[in-house]
Amino acid sequence: MSTALTAKRTPVRPARILLHLFLAGAALTWLAPLLWAVYAALRPYGETSEKGYVSWPDTLTFENFTNAFTQSDMTHYFGNTLIIAVPAVLVTLFMSSMVAFYVSRFDFRVNLFLLLVFTAGNLLPQQVIITPLYRLYLLIDLPGITMSGKLYDSALGLVLIHVAFQSGFCAFVLSNYMKMLPHELTEAALVDGASVWRLYWQITLPLCKPAMAALATLLSIWIYNDFFWALVLISTGENMPITSALNNLSGQYFTDPNLIAAGALITAVPVLAVYFLLQRQFVGGLTLGANKG
Amino acid sequence: MTNADTTIEKSGNPEEAAVPPPGSAHVPAKKVPQGHKRLLTKRDRLTLSLMAGLPTILHIALVWVTALASILLAFTTWDGIGFASITWVGLDNFKELFTNNPQFWPAVEHNVVWFVVLILIPTPLGLFLAVQLDKNIRFSRVYQTAFFLPVVLSMAVIGFVWQLVYNPDTGLINSLIGANEPGKYIDWIGDPDLNLWAILIAASWRHTGYMMILYLAGLKGVDPALREASALDGAGEWQTFKNVVFPTLRPTNTIVLVVTIIEALRAFDLVFVFNKGAEGTELLSILVTNNIIGESSRIGYGSAIAVVLLVISLAVIIPYLIATFRKERRA
Repeated sequence: MSTALTAKRTPVRPARILLHLFLAGAALTWLAPLLWAVYAALRPYGETSEKGYVSWPDTLTFENFTNAFTQSDMTHYFGNTLIIAVPAVLVTLFMSSMVAFYVSRFDFRVNLFLLLVFTAGNLLPQQVIITPLYRLYLLIDLPGITMSGKLYDSALGLVLIHVAFQSGFCAFVLSNYMKMLPHELTEAALVDGASVWRLYWQITLPLCKPAMAALATLLSIWIYNDFFWALVLISTGENMPITSALNNLSGQYFTDPNLIAAGALITAVPVLAVYFLLQRQFVGGLTLGANKG
Repeated sequence: MTNADTTIEKSGNPEEAAVPPPGSAHVPAKKVPQGHKRLLTKRDRLTLSLMAGLPTILHIALVWVTALASILLAFTTWDGIGFASITWVGLDNFKELFTNNPQFWPAVEHNVVWFVVLILIPTPLGLFLAVQLDKNIRFSRVYQTAFFLPVVLSMAVIGFVWQLVYNPDTGLINSLIGANEPGKYIDWIGDPDLNLWAILIAASWRHTGYMMILYLAGLKGVDPALREASALDGAGEWQTFKNVVFPTLRPTNTIVLVVTIIEALRAFDLVFVFNKGAEGTELLSILVTNNIIGESSRIGYGSAIAVVLLVISLAVIIPYLIATFRKERRA
């Protein structure tokens, strides 16, 4: 059946078969490190330390996964991530779409400059700004607003830096998207006396849904995967989002390689789920603003 | 999320519609007319300045003001306690950095090696895979998913996964080649002659998929008629690629180059998870961070390293952005 289908598309040539063999081999090689991690995570530590890791399994069990998950209280760290990522994604999209609207709909002279500032800022390595940022976060007192009483060591601080950093990329993508919308659309509404806010909220934004969906997917994964900001800007291990917490947990709770494998894989589950469900959006978003570093 | 999914299906690919690889034909030819402005009321103008102003202030305050502060602090020493203790020291931090820091030049070298390896191995490999997968081949999506999978994982998870491969006692490689016994150890993570290469394999693992996706998007833009014409002229597959396809990929190549340079400058998470930037894997980003969360917290000195990183980054970013926006304007 498969040969019949292949024949319909292109005649089966030896070159094609070779190509498939190569690609399948390469794809398996690519998955090998992950499969190895899954294999290690599925085996009890006792068995692997006795027989070695490269050996035929006697027992395969999910015990490492349940142990890693409950012993280190991973739910708590997933919660931390949620508190940071959800507001960060929403606010970034809101802020950057406003800038994009301004830049793409009104030909003020600052447009190009504004867009340059945002995009260039987004391309900077994070370490360029971290020293003063760390000091700034320590200086800003927010008694009663954050648990730590400062911007440092708070979810709010992380949300702000994510928004500031990522909105550059999103503004760039969205402004280009909005430039594609027919100009008459907003012009007619303006002539009819609609306010600028209505133009943005009720006319422009709904048309940007596809781009917003792609960006939301991309942002969720990036912010979920962030390691550096939380490492430096959060001091209490308890307050860390899951990706950064992994580093501490691996010393404290994940005491053998099997548990480390299980813990790392559990951390990867949400992004993998998003990736498989929303692959189009993710890949689309990535190539859409291909200037992302 | 499912809702969003269906919307996209309905309205077609966002990547078709939106943005730019530089020089792409997607940019609208028509300039936005000035007429819009004249219709604005006072309130509208206020709304607009708030809409553009608030995000800009946040971005500038947290990104550009801090970048500027990095530059200023690089010429001072400061213990971080009260502004009064900031003392101007001129170029002292840089002098010490360039002449008296055993980690600085290795770090610069490792950043350069990082870039050279990424551009020489995973980038061409990603291009090669993209060209193969672009051949209207069966299971293309399955292969793509496999190659692209590492790109969605965080660098931290990638670090942990590869530690399971490299661990001298329990890792896959040493177990396979029998080097996991005392006396025969190959220490992929600790040996300063080996560890950078070991980490670069993990980094390349991820980078290949990223490059593949960028090139796949680029290849979609190559006019099939060009290829047919070339094939009719009797050109082989390699000749067609070299003379017809590759030249039209120029905009993608620019993006790939910029992305790869930035990636090499940003490299941090993977190394930090692996061995915290121990001997053999020092990077500029690691040195900066060590001056914040490490034992020796030297604000001015750390900022001087950050300035080196900033200068290199801007030397890449600014020409790229100017070229991009100029093309867009012309279009």
